[in-house]
Amino acid sequence: MRIVFKTSYDADIRLFKHKAQAFWYLLLFALAILLPFLISDFLIGEATLVLIWAICGMGLMVLVGQTGQASLGHAAFMAVGAYSNVLYQEHFSMPFLLSFPLAGLTAGVAGALIAMPITKLHGIYLAIATLAISVLAEDLIVIMEPLTGGVSGLFAPDIEIFGFVFNRYGNPVELYWLVLFITFLIVYLYRNMLRSPIGRSFAAVRDSEVSAKAMGINVARTKMVAFAISCFITGLGGALMGHFATIFTNETFNLIMSITLLLIIVVGGLGTIHGAFFGAIVFVMLPLVISLTRDALTVFADSGSVTIPGLESGLFGIILIGFILFEPMGIYGRWLKIRTYFELFPFYRKDMFRRQKSYLKTERTR
Amino acid sequence: MSLLELKNVTLRFGGLVAVNDVSFSVEEGEVFALVGPNGAGKSTILNMISRLYTPAEGDILFEGKSILGAEPHDVPVLGIARTFQNIELFEQASVLQNLLVGRHTHCRSNFLTDMLFTPFVRAQERVHREAVEHVIDFLDLQPYRQKLIAGLPYGVRKVVEMGRALAVKPKLLLLDEPASGLSVEETQDVAFWIEDIKKVMGVTVLMVEHDMHLVSSVSDRVMALADGSMLSIGTPQEVQTDPAVIEAYLGSDDGTESGEAA
Repeated sequence: MRIVFKTSYDADIRLFKHKAQAFWYLLLFALAILLPFLISDFLIGEATLVLIWAICGMGLMVLVGQTGQASLGHAAFMAVGAYSNVLYQEHFSMPFLLSFPLAGLTAGVAGALIAMPITKLHGIYLAIATLAISVLAEDLIVIMEPLTGGVSGLFAPDIEIFGFVFNRYGNPVELYWLVLFITFLIVYLYRNMLRSPIGRSFAAVRDSEVSAKAMGINVARTKMVAFAISCFITGLGGALMGHFATIFTNETFNLIMSITLLLIIVVGGLGTIHGAFFGAIVFVMLPLVISLTRDALTVFADSGSVTIPGLESGLFGIILIGFILFEPMGIYGRWLKIRTYFELFPFYRKDMFRRQKSYLKTERTR
Repeated sequence: MSLLELKNVTLRFGGLVAVNDVSFSVEEGEVFALVGPNGAGKSTILNMISRLYTPAEGDILFEGKSILGAEPHDVPVLGIARTFQNIELFEQASVLQNLLVGRHTHCRSNFLTDMLFTPFVRAQERVHREAVEHVIDFLDLQPYRQKLIAGLPYGVRKVVEMGRALAVKPKLLLLDEPASGLSVEETQDVAFWIEDIKKVMGVTVLMVEHDMHLVSSVSDRVMALADGSMLSIGTPQEVQTDPAVIEAYLGSDDGTESGEAA
C-alpha cells in the first residue's frame, strides 16, 4: 500500500496523485501511440472506433455522471456535430482544423439552447424530453433534405490538415493517431473540469439541488453549462464518427445510438473518465468477440455459418442487466475493487466498498 | 440597524397559514434561537430567509435592504449561509470537495478558464483550499478530509454541513437543528463551536433547535413560536418561564390545548 505524504495544497490539485500514477498513465499513452505497430490495420480501425465512442461517452458522462441529468437524446448532438462539420467544409470550404471545433461549438450551442427549457424537468421526465429530441432530430434530418441530403445522406470528405490526408481506408494508422490526439485533449479538458469550481458545482447540482442553491450555485445556469460542455464533446465525437463512417444518413444517428451511448457509460462506470473508455471497449469489441466465437463454433460443430439476428444487442442487454444487478459502479468500479484487493493484500474486506444508505432527504424544498 | 429583520411576515400553503404575522430582528453579533413544537413554522422561516419560499405578506430585510427580490442562489452572495434539518450534503463527493463548494460565491473563474485550468484558476484553488483548511482546523475534520460523504457517520455529516456553511464566510449563519440526532458529547461540541463562531469569527447565528439545554446555554435571545404565530421573545430564561410558552408545550391547566383552541 502506498502512502502519499502531502506537503502542499498542490498535491490535491495536481493531475496525478503521485509519480507512480503518472508513470502508469504515461506508459498507457505511449502504448496507445505505439499500438499500430502491434496490431493489424483492421484492429486499428476498431481501436479508432473505440476512441470515437469514448469521446462521445465522455460527452454524455459530463451530463449523466457529473451533473446527474439523464439524456436519452445525445445521438441528436452527435448528428449536429457530424452534419455541421461536413456542411461547413462543403458550403464554406472550411479546412477541417476550423470546421471541426466549430462543429463542436454548434452542438454545444444547440445543447445550451435546448437545456434552457428542458432542464426544469427532473429524472424520468427529463429522460423522456431528451428522448423526444432524439426522435425529432431523425425527422428533422429528413425534412431538411436540401441541406442534409435527407435519407440518401451526406458524404464526409477525407480529413485534410496542412496537405496531410486522413482516410479510414487509405491510411488508418494516421487517422488513429489524429483521433488519439483529440481524445487526449478532451481527457485533459475533462480532468481540468473535475478539479475546478465548475466540476464541483456539477457534483453539487447532481447530489442536492437545494443545497447547491444555498451555496450560491445558479442551478439553472450550471445545468445549461453542463449541457453545453456535454454536447460540445459529443458533437466533436459525432464529427469524427461522420468522417469514420464516410457516409451517414438520418438512420446513422438514431435513437438506438442514443441508448447505446447511455449503456456504454453505465457499463463502463458512471462518473469516471475510465468508464467511458471501458464501456466503449466493451461495445466495440462485443461484435468482434461474437464473430470470432461464431467462427470457432462453426469449425467445431462443422455446420454452416449460423447468424442469430439481434444477438449483439441481446448480449449487450444481458451484460447491462448483469452490471446493474451486481456492479452498479460498472467496470471501473470492479477494477477499483480488484486493485484495492491487491494493494491491501491480505487485508481486503468484502464490504469495504459498501455504502451506507443515504439519510432522509429534504425533498419538499426542491 | 439590525442585521436581519422580518416585518409582519405571513406565509400560506393553500389554506394552511404556516407563518402568521411574524416580526423579529436579529442584531449583529448575537445568537438568536427559534424554538417551538413541531410544525410551528421555524424551518419555514429559515426557508423564507434563504428564499426557498416567498412570503405572501411582509418583508425580510438584510442589512437594511429587502431580500425578497433575490433568487435563492443570490442569498449566500449577500452573506447568509445555512445548514439543513435533514443534512443536504453532496453525497458522492469528498468532505474537502463539499467544503470547497462552500467557497463557490468567492470563485471568480468561469467554465472556460476552469476547463483550461489557467494559472489564475490554480492560484484561486490554493486560496480557497487555505480558507477551507481553516474551517477544517476549527471543526477538527482533519481525519475525514478525503472521505466520501456517503460513508460518513451521521454526527460527522452534521459537522461537515456546518463547515460547508462556514466556508461561505457568511455574516449570518442559519442553523436548522444543529444538534438533532447528536449524542450529548457531540451536542456539547456544537455548543462550543457556536460560541466560537460568535466570538472568534464574529458571525451572527440564527438557529432552530429543540434541545432547550443547548438553546439556553448558547443563545442571547430566543423566540418561541406555535402554529406559525409568535408566542414570546426574550432571553432564554424569560421565554422558558413565559406562561404562553408553557401552555403551548404542556397544555393549559384546564386540559384544553391552545393549539386546538386556535
